[in-house]
Amino acid sequence: MLGTGLLKGLAVTAKNFVGSFHDPKRYTTVEYPEQPTKLPENYRNFPFLVFDGEQPIDGLRCVACKICEAECPPQCIYIIPDRDEKGRPTKKPKVFDLDVSVCMSCQICVEVCPFDAIKMDQHFEIATADRFNGLLLHREDLAKSDAYYHSIHPTEAAQVDEILAEAKRKAEAKAKPAAPAAPAAVKPPEPPAPAV
Amino acid sequence: METPEQIQARLAARFPAAAVTLVPNPAPAGMAALLVDAAHARQIAFFLREDPELKLDYCSNATGIDWPEKEIVETTRSTLADPAGGPPRTIEQKTKRIQPGYLEVVYHLYSMARKHGPVILRVRTGNRTDQVTLPSLTPVWRSCEFQEREIYDLFGITFEGHPDLRRLLMWDEFTGHPMRKDYVEPDDYEWEPTPHEEVLEKAKRHYAAPEKEGTP
Amino acid sequence: MTTAFTPTPSGAHVRAVHDPFHGDLLEISMGPHHPSTHGVFRMMVTLDGENVVKLKPVFGYLHRNHEKLGENTSYLGSMPYTDRLDYFCSMTNNWAYALAVEKLAGQPVPERAEYLRVILAELTRLLNHTCLAGFLLQDTGASGTPLMYAFREREKILDLFEALSGSRMMCNYQRFGGCRIDATPAWLAAVRGIVDGYGAFLDEYEELITGNEILLARTQNVGVLSPALAVSAGITGPMLRAAGVDYDLRKVDGYGLYPRFDFRVPLGAHGDTYDRYMVRMLEMRESIGILRQALAAIPDGPIMDPKAKIRGFRPKPGEAYGRIEGPKGEIGFYLISDGTPNPYRYRVRPPSLINLTVLEDLCLGHTLADAVIILGSIDIVLGEVDR
Repeated sequence: MLGTGLLKGLAVTAKNFVGSFHDPKRYTTVEYPEQPTKLPENYRNFPFLVFDGEQPIDGLRCVACKICEAECPPQCIYIIPDRDEKGRPTKKPKVFDLDVSVCMSCQICVEVCPFDAIKMDQHFEIATADRFNGLLLHREDLAKSDAYYHSIHPTEAAQVDEILAEAKRKAEAKAKPAAPAAPAAVKPPEPPAPAV
Repeated sequence: METPEQIQARLAARFPAAAVTLVPNPAPAGMAALLVDAAHARQIAFFLREDPELKLDYCSNATGIDWPEKEIVETTRSTLADPAGGPPRTIEQKTKRIQPGYLEVVYHLYSMARKHGPVILRVRTGNRTDQVTLPSLTPVWRSCEFQEREIYDLFGITFEGHPDLRRLLMWDEFTGHPMRKDYVEPDDYEWEPTPHEEVLEKAKRHYAAPEKEGTP
Repeated sequence: MTTAFTPTPSGAHVRAVHDPFHGDLLEISMGPHHPSTHGVFRMMVTLDGENVVKLKPVFGYLHRNHEKLGENTSYLGSMPYTDRLDYFCSMTNNWAYALAVEKLAGQPVPERAEYLRVILAELTRLLNHTCLAGFLLQDTGASGTPLMYAFREREKILDLFEALSGSRMMCNYQRFGGCRIDATPAWLAAVRGIVDGYGAFLDEYEELITGNEILLARTQNVGVLSPALAVSAGITGPMLRAAGVDYDLRKVDGYGLYPRFDFRVPLGAHGDTYDRYMVRMLEMRESIGILRQALAAIPDGPIMDPKAKIRGFRPKPGEAYGRIEGPKGEIGFYLISDGTPNPYRYRVRPPSLINLTVLEDLCLGHTLADAVIILGSIDIVLGEVDR
């Protein structure tokens, strides 16, 4: 009979309408700012730099090797290595800038980093009115503690710790007489960085 | 399916005037391509489509490649017997020659009827400047219509016999062919907070003193 | 010929054209910001009354010379850019590109990675066809409701992608010689849950729409594509199979592990818009079957070939053409290596662009409103058309 398909379809719509009042399967909307959702552990947004210890800048794992700068497909990383008074490289970045207006969150920098110094953040509320400097993150904004890294990617961070501990053991076995390095200080997880 | 060598032999028998050569492919996927001369390209294409053995009725991919002029240094080694009776000497001779540039169109042909493929067909232009006309294969495979327009747009190869040869992706007033290796992009510049080498060079040209804010 | 030129307040061009053969015609520039063109696509349509007598697509509004970018980036660096071609199907784009590079370098892939690729590709097919069914209904004028139901299901698959790869749409997941992150048992269980529930959603959706008399009237015998034209024009994917041509690369090429799975290839009989819709609905049911088999059989093991190289990847000179059956059609990558870290030539075979070849042929003689549905049933994404 003409119109049966139409009526069947309307029945489906009615079922969904009524269901949205009592069935969570049919009411899937999340009231976002009031009701935050839980991000999956693998979620990635923009990169940040991991530091060990208490000092954000001195503790950076980054050695300014510029591998990520070269591999970054949209070329959003800008590094100037630091040098001491005599002009020798100190293996620290003097400038580490990341333009998040260019960054496409592909995490290739994380994959190519041999020092596990750069990782993907989960903080996404970074809207700003200044599209140039507001979206340009310097090393001060990018440096986040190892404890923060553990709080957002626990599984991955545990694996990274194992790799780093292994590398450390090997280095110590090589240089036996050297004094054992102090273990990384554990800090309580700090709250997500404020919006820039 | 027949190997490229067999197809080449059959084409040579069918079109004695046509120059059909094999272009080897050293990659592990290695499938040699058939390089045909522009004058016979369309006849050969029709033959490949209609031949009951091959029945290559589907042209999957048509694309251009730019091979600019390049200098090739060839080293030839020749062994000379020493007239004094010593061990033979090896003489290396270096010859420089300039390989002329050309543009190339590659067609990847498959058969939907017989479910085999690919046969790779290549056609080359005489040079990169004035002899850039090739026969269009759109009359043979309709799927070349937009792809040949794209090649015309981005590489600057003119296809003779194409029903509607206009620029596809760039606008009509655009000059130049962006996919050529020697294409120079226009000197437009927008300030960026993270200047890399090339952008920094541009920045220096556009501003007497590079802006201090952002990066030192 | 041309008489008056009147830009309308919305910015669209409408002008009267006099043609000595057809008489008085109306030329409409539809797009690039028309909501029914699925992005920034523009059609110059000439109408005789309400019927289309000429239709010329205009491309390039989203052109960013993807291929040139690929030639200036390393092999790895192009992988995230392939996500942005067809942003609904980043997993299959990744796979096609990885397959081309693996062919170029002779790189084997571990079995678990191949299973993961099949799972992700079939999830992408579900996602893409579900969205298409929603968009097609939106184009027929069923504003909102079917599209929202489709998006509700799509969201679940996007959540899976996010949990695995870290990003909902720009997954950047496949690598040459494997995959990036291993799937946890919990993730596989979540996929199983969604696959088990998907059949019920499809049943509900079909009850909502498939038998709907308005849809039948709007889509049957509209935009009929003949098999001969479809083959000649290089149409691929569900659109080709709706025209009755049995050509599915999963069967023909047997790439990946597809020969191990038991599935059927749905074919249409008429090649009209309704067949194109139905073929996709049936393909989704086959995809569910493939997913069930893959989830039951996925082995443990490594997900990356130990010899695979991520950084400083330099394949030997040569060329390769890798193609897979994407949800929209055959997506292929043609790469030429000259031994340097960047490809010498990087070419994308975009199924959306080539499927548009027959747009004018399909629309001639139909009304402008039908042209919108026909375009919707071709299933294009402008990121891929314009590249």
